[in-house]
Amino acid sequence: MDFRLDILVEYIPFFLKGTLLTIGLSLVGILIGTVLGLIIGLGKMTRNKLISFICNCYIVFFRGTPLFVQILLIHFGVVPMLIGHTNGIVASIIALSLIAGAYIAEIFRAGIQSIDKGQMEAARSLGMNHVQSMKDVILPQAFKRMIPPLGNEFIVLIKESSLAAIVATPELMYYGRALASQYYRVWEPYLTAALIYLVLTTSLSYLLNRLERRLATE
Amino acid sequence: MIEVKNLKKTFGSNEVLKDINALISPKEVVVVIGPSGSGKSTFLRCLNLLESITAGHVSIEGVDITDKKTDINKVRTEVGMVFQQFNLFPHKTVIENIILAPMRIRKLSAEKARERGLELLRKVGLKEKADAYPDSLSGGQKQRVAIARALAMEPKIMLFDEPTSALDPEMVGEVLEVMKQLALEGMTMVVVTHEMGFAREVGDRVLFMDGGYIVEENIPKELFENPQQDRTKSFLSKVL
Repeated sequence: MDFRLDILVEYIPFFLKGTLLTIGLSLVGILIGTVLGLIIGLGKMTRNKLISFICNCYIVFFRGTPLFVQILLIHFGVVPMLIGHTNGIVASIIALSLIAGAYIAEIFRAGIQSIDKGQMEAARSLGMNHVQSMKDVILPQAFKRMIPPLGNEFIVLIKESSLAAIVATPELMYYGRALASQYYRVWEPYLTAALIYLVLTTSLSYLLNRLERRLATE
Repeated sequence: MIEVKNLKKTFGSNEVLKDINALISPKEVVVVIGPSGSGKSTFLRCLNLLESITAGHVSIEGVDITDKKTDINKVRTEVGMVFQQFNLFPHKTVIENIILAPMRIRKLSAEKARERGLELLRKVGLKEKADAYPDSLSGGQKQRVAIARALAMEPKIMLFDEPTSALDPEMVGEVLEVMKQLALEGMTMVVVTHEMGFAREVGDRVLFMDGGYIVEENIPKELFENPQQDRTKSFLSKVL
């Protein structure tokens, strides 16, 4: 197997640009997805049956359908409806945020429900209302337990952002495929892309491990 | 001060409290005893609405807490509660546990709350543990912190739900000592416990519960030495 370094060198600027966009897509997806997940997760736990039902439908739909399908629907259907034309980056961010929100909602719910109910009772018995008790007592404890599954979800999100390439979002995998089709090569573009994804995901899991350890010693 | 009228509580088809009537006066220390499953903890938890009430009325200082319009959070600031499992907030230090609610609800400044928190810790003999985390404390210390935390809201009534049942035997004394001190200071207290010695020494009145009813009530000396009901006799013969 020959390995053509020259074409990789030629593509270095593209891989850099693509990697930056991959990082950007993932970060924005994580941020919006986390906020969305908190809202949907709390919504699913409320006593209001309608809100709970809507949130549950959301989770069922976005967890139950492939991201591939969601990206196509959002890119060719939702985004043109909203802004009048297609836009790969916008569609990718929306799709990644929505699917992350569904998974993170369940992570939040599990985290919150894992806290002993005596904690809520103690807070409420002091006269704190439900929102204050959640904010000061339940969520800080639940958050610590949510870090490992959240980390998992963030890593999945980085990898799944590669699907954005199919709607011509110029991220890492988009340039990988461009290189592959320009030179009819397989190993150079895809191994390089794999390696870059690996660097991104392991860096993230290193950071999360450190965060977890820091919170554990508190 | 606390008035309970025809209180009923069911969990599904299980009727835990059948018809409870009680009147607890200011500064009174009422001890609730009875076999497990008699409904005594549920009764206590109905007094600050930690359990929803199926039927009947509970009034705290003239405020009907079963009324939908009552702001239960406001009533709860007047009614402190101490739990069997302590329920300290593990992510907060001892002093942070104590000052959280006064700062959030009474809007005390951090300095003022801390000053008063330390005063309470001194009272329960744990001033030097102010900046420790609950995990580093013994069971008895945890429960004393929990008492200080409840007192920080300056409640008029204190509810104790089997406060010594989760403790190693050698730690029971230090917690009871704090409770006894509180009773001497004139706190209105309702105490669910298996500590008959405490009931006898500190209680003004003892309620014996069984099967969802208050079977018998009397001053401790009378109830322990001269029980009237067969169920009370049979229970006391097993625990004394």
